[in-house]
Amino acid sequence: MAFFEAKDIVKQYAGHKALNKVSISVQKGSIFGLLGPNGAGKTTLIRIINQITGPDSGEVFFNGTPLKPSDVKRIGYLPEERGLYKKMKVGEQAVYLAQLKGMSQKEATKKLKVWFDKFDILQWWDKKVEELSKGMQQKIQFIVTILHEPELLIFDEPFSGFDPINANLLKKEILELRDKGATIIFSTHNMGSVEEICDHIALINKSEKILDGPVDQIKKKYRTNTYQLTYTGEFDKLEQILNPDFEIIDQEKGTEYNTIKVKLNNGSTSNELLKQVLPYLNIVSFTEIIPNMNDIFIRVVNENKKI
Amino acid sequence: MNKIFIIIQREYLSRVKKRSFLILTFLTPVLIAGIYAFMIWMMLKDDTESRTIAVINESELVEPVASHDFTTYKYLENTSFEEAKAQMDEKNYYAILVIPKNIMEIKMAELFSFKQVTIEVKSETGSQLRDHIENLKRSEIIALANMPDLEQKLAATKTPISMKTIKFGEDGEIKQSSTEIAMAIGFISSFIIYMFIFMYGVQVMRGVIEEKSNRIVEVIISSVKPFQLMMGKIVGVAMVGLTQFIMWVILSGVLIAVGMAVVLPGVDMESLQQAKTLSELPEGAATLNPDQLKMAQELLGTFDFAYVAGILGAFVFFFLGGYLLYSALFAAVGSAVDNETETQQFMIPITIPLIMAMYIGFAVAKNPEGSLAFWGSIIPLTSPIVMLVRIPYGVPLWELLLSMFLLIGTFLLVTWIAAKIYRTGILMYGKKVSYKEIWKWLRYHN
Repeated sequence: MAFFEAKDIVKQYAGHKALNKVSISVQKGSIFGLLGPNGAGKTTLIRIINQITGPDSGEVFFNGTPLKPSDVKRIGYLPEERGLYKKMKVGEQAVYLAQLKGMSQKEATKKLKVWFDKFDILQWWDKKVEELSKGMQQKIQFIVTILHEPELLIFDEPFSGFDPINANLLKKEILELRDKGATIIFSTHNMGSVEEICDHIALINKSEKILDGPVDQIKKKYRTNTYQLTYTGEFDKLEQILNPDFEIIDQEKGTEYNTIKVKLNNGSTSNELLKQVLPYLNIVSFTEIIPNMNDIFIRVVNENKKI
Repeated sequence: MNKIFIIIQREYLSRVKKRSFLILTFLTPVLIAGIYAFMIWMMLKDDTESRTIAVINESELVEPVASHDFTTYKYLENTSFEEAKAQMDEKNYYAILVIPKNIMEIKMAELFSFKQVTIEVKSETGSQLRDHIENLKRSEIIALANMPDLEQKLAATKTPISMKTIKFGEDGEIKQSSTEIAMAIGFISSFIIYMFIFMYGVQVMRGVIEEKSNRIVEVIISSVKPFQLMMGKIVGVAMVGLTQFIMWVILSGVLIAVGMAVVLPGVDMESLQQAKTLSELPEGAATLNPDQLKMAQELLGTFDFAYVAGILGAFVFFFLGGYLLYSALFAAVGSAVDNETETQQFMIPITIPLIMAMYIGFAVAKNPEGSLAFWGSIIPLTSPIVMLVRIPYGVPLWELLLSMFLLIGTFLLVTWIAAKIYRTGILMYGKKVSYKEIWKWLRYHN
């Protein structure tokens, strides 16, 4: 059974529809990627999950029961538009935000010290937020989001504003949280990050869900049967020997190795391709070119535009 | 509920701990008391400078001005004005008084000095000359009239009247009151309310804008309801205002007590208040002249406990009511904009009734019973300020209750509307908002 489920969510603002019958289903202990271009409706859906706003119609289930106000303490949310009180001291502020999530002051302070120590920012406890760099503020926001050990975590564009080192640190922490059993919804338009950490994705475009499924299955579905061959031997030879089932998409002459990209048409297989080229060339490597999420994203959005 | 308390606590502490709050709270009463003390000191200060004034008397009057306290009049015989002027430095004359030959006709004398002559010297010299001439003329008439005891009879016509104002209490009991003091109390308390509504309303608005431009608001409202955040802020800031007011009352009380002890040392205030005549005065107050006694009694009469408690109670109620009403509007404005410069177009509908209330208050102070006073103190947008002007004069109970009831009702309605605007506004970034847009927000459901 899905840990979190949204069914047929509709949200209408004056003049435009933000979400049109969108459903998603998130398995426990998985990372769910919510993808889509800016303005697609991701943030609206996330705000509905966080009960910041309510849907016009549709239902939201949390662990099998309809979402209720007390669920906020089981959810951790790092919004895209995030910030801190500039004039307030870091520690004080983190405790305050934790208290709003229902933690006691004592418990929050204790746990915060552990996390601050882990992120190496304990010396910032009594500093004012305005004295901190943006990266440090992001760390604090991340800690505040996960401090109350929520079962469901929602990150909206979590990596924006992070430098590569801190982005990696964050990624590591997110994966660790998943391994400990947390369920994570991850919203982004940055496809690169999706492939590495998401198990399942949904693609939202113009208020509608246009793609949904496990990442490996989607990739399989959108594979193009294209292979890359690296070899030594005569550069132009393949053009002469390959039969019409094998379409050469691109080839390149290197100083040591040559490469060629071939698309298999009409149900031909990779073995048949290899059989044809083996007598003529020394093969160095042979791999399938799997489309990355970025390509799929662009392709699906464009296809959708045409319809 | 618990979360609202946490928000109130943060809003309260973060403001009370600010240096500017501490300075304003402690310095204002000291400053005001200091200004008053300085003014009283200036007025009471005796002129202790010794001065010698040379007098050139060309008239027939015989020594019309007499030396007194620290001023000595020296009559120069056979000295011309030029000679006197030349001697000024040497003989240390402060000024030269020239009484002309025909003073009885032209009614003028001249006072020459290198410095600007002080007001005391000028008025004292003038009044001595006047009294002298008046006495001369009166004696002539008395002599001419040839009537026995005329002098005493004329003196007896001088009748100073002092007006004592007495107000009937609700229970028919007679209370001594002072119109001037009632007016002053009404004015001061309504002005404080006006100031507080503005000061703290704007603080609420700034707080909302800060949360919005900081982008912390979405983090918070994923934990609490927008309404809780808004009310927490409004209540927290209200408590800051009340703290400041209470501190002012306490500090002023202490300063007044200290001031009284200095001005009227050793006087038992209670017996002074009850004393009806000069002879009943407690020991120590005997040095007061009748005017001072009257003032002191009026002041003390006003500091009757029930009266003060009533005014304080009304003040707190109307301050809170007015503040809550307006600060909800201020919060709504804050939520609709991205920064403070954009607030102006939305501020006008808030500031106009407030400023109007202040002007109605001025008019009501002159005529606390008129229809302007009645409507001004019933309509909730102006009542917190106008009612406070009326209260020291006494307001019928039903009017007071109606005004309070309407204020509470309007506050609830306005807060409900403001919360709707607030809820949508705080999540709108980078959008120029118009009244039309806000009207749309009001019709969104959740």
